[in-house]
Amino acid sequence: MITRISADRLPELLKQISELEKLYIPVDKSDKVSVFEEYEPGKVMSTKLNTLRSAKDFFFPQVQPMAKFRMEGKKIEVIDPRTEAEDYCIFGVRACDVRSFDVLDRVFLADPVDTYYENRRKHATVVSFACSEPSETCFCHSFGIDAARPAGDARMWMTEDTIYLEGISGKGKALLEKLDLAALSAVTDEKAERDVQEEVRRVHEIQKKMPLYSLTPADNREKELEIFHSPIWKELSDKCLGCGSCTFVCPTCQCFDIEDFDGGHGVERYRCWDSCMYKDFTMMAAGTPRKTQLERFRQRFMHKLVYYPIRNEGMYSCVGCGRCLRRCPIHMNIVKVMKAMEEDAQCETKN
Amino acid sequence: MQDELKKRACELLADGTVNRVLGWSAGDFFYDITPTVFESAEDINKNFVYNDFCGANLSKYLIAESQKEGKIAVFLKPCDTYSFNQLMTEHRLKRENIYAVGIPCDGKVSAETLHDAGIHGILAVKKDGDDLVCDTVYGEKRMAFDVAQDERCRSCKSRKHVVYDELIGEEGEVLDSHRFDEVEKLEAMTPEERFNFWQGELSRCIRCNACRNVCPACNCELCVFDNPKSGVFSKAASNDFEDANFHIIRAFHVAGRCTDCGECSRVCPEHIPLHLLNRKFIKDIDTLYGDYQAGEKEGQMSPLSAFTEDRDAEPSIVQKGGIR
Repeated sequence: MITRISADRLPELLKQISELEKLYIPVDKSDKVSVFEEYEPGKVMSTKLNTLRSAKDFFFPQVQPMAKFRMEGKKIEVIDPRTEAEDYCIFGVRACDVRSFDVLDRVFLADPVDTYYENRRKHATVVSFACSEPSETCFCHSFGIDAARPAGDARMWMTEDTIYLEGISGKGKALLEKLDLAALSAVTDEKAERDVQEEVRRVHEIQKKMPLYSLTPADNREKELEIFHSPIWKELSDKCLGCGSCTFVCPTCQCFDIEDFDGGHGVERYRCWDSCMYKDFTMMAAGTPRKTQLERFRQRFMHKLVYYPIRNEGMYSCVGCGRCLRRCPIHMNIVKVMKAMEEDAQCETKN
Repeated sequence: MQDELKKRACELLADGTVNRVLGWSAGDFFYDITPTVFESAEDINKNFVYNDFCGANLSKYLIAESQKEGKIAVFLKPCDTYSFNQLMTEHRLKRENIYAVGIPCDGKVSAETLHDAGIHGILAVKKDGDDLVCDTVYGEKRMAFDVAQDERCRSCKSRKHVVYDELIGEEGEVLDSHRFDEVEKLEAMTPEERFNFWQGELSRCIRCNACRNVCPACNCELCVFDNPKSGVFSKAASNDFEDANFHIIRAFHVAGRCTDCGECSRVCPEHIPLHLLNRKFIKDIDTLYGDYQAGEKEGQMSPLSAFTEDRDAEPSIVQKGGIR
């Protein structure tokens, strides 16, 4: 069941949702900066393809306070900062980022469940936003994601003059049912279905013209060691600056470190994003297990394209959002790695 | 120009002047430029690229490359030559292993600027007079080249190469670029406005270290922020102040050594105008110690490490007989 609403009623729609629960939407802070922010009347929803940071921030923030320790004499008081999250809605998440939640769920919600993540995750209702103008850096299609028909609890399409809404999960449908759609002159009819079909078809046609349309990840699950020892890593990693921008803009990168901040009046323990590209990643008393940038670089891509699929029935830990393609200082990225892997495999076959 | 550079690169390999060439290559698009070491004419002919998107400063790569066996040729744009000199001054390069070729630059463009302007599905870009013309799957899109250029290029400080073994193309001039105009805008703010400006910008920092790792002046073997024993070690901020702390400390550490190449802002995935922080320091140094351009000459002494009694901003700090 798809409901159509005139596009100029979007502010009213957002206002209605925000009256039901806390609402977050993507907002353009400037032509260069779009971020998810809490909705307030007057805030305009961004129609940019992607926010700078991915939506993983909602469940796995850059910094997550874990505990506080207050000391008095010989007594240590441990304060748990966790409180049950309220229900909230993330509105306008793109198809790639929606899939990233599935990737993260398989890590954080697997036994032992990460309660910090779970707390934020289970209270969220995700309303996705179909892409109408994909870019050349988009390749979600390669991982079986439909940018024109995103997953989520509910989804939205936006054409020049109309918004289309469809509930998907029980949570999403329940949210839409709570809205006063009549007040928005919403119509649920056959035309809405037909319009959406046409929009989906149109976007699929555009995708076919994109340079990365034919990019298909290989099933590497049987070739773990072969790829690990491949000569491609040296050349690819030689150029890497060893910064963590790919990791931190990535919606599926999930590594973290736990640190203590001693402010003088007690200790705050927090966890923060960490990057396998860093020299001190998983540093132990005996040093780091990956001493060279080659090893670190290899780890990141092996994890996304080989190790994760091995453990998750072939699911890749990349969603093709293209953020790393756009943001890597030297434009080294997962697409270049996938292509090098493919070329290498073809050479092997020939030999 | 690209063909000329390719030809010269192949010659330098063929006549044994060098055994490697440091340049740029592209991937699936013409703009996804990666600094690359070439070892054969075949590789150069196939993959070497020099276009409007080759903004990456190659000088820093020479720290590692010049330690390797044999000589390497490197293509340096005018502003990259300042970084080169600065690295020489800091004894970070093995000069005898480098053959520097100065090449012209008309200003560089980041594809991010095109994307941010809503130009998507880009298939090709060409120059048409003063415009960049983008061929996209959504039709032809135009953007004035002047607007598309990085800010560092719009306010280019110099088209002159300050060091080279060989020059391709015509030599340019040091420019009166008004690059401090942006700094003056910040100085004109009230302290509160300025604090809010930087807080707004720096609060987006994700501590990915791209600015630091790309920076030619940031060439420490172990950065204080990566050293657990330094007391400022951290991977992320536990509070708002700390991200600012990272950038302020970094700006102080590179003060007097930053050549204003602008790589920090080019690579910032959060589009924070970090170079303005460094440029403010440059302006202050100019004001307090007289005009000084880091990297202008090899071996020059930074005003911050050279005390002169008559010209120092704080002459009372060092006096005959010690601090009083």
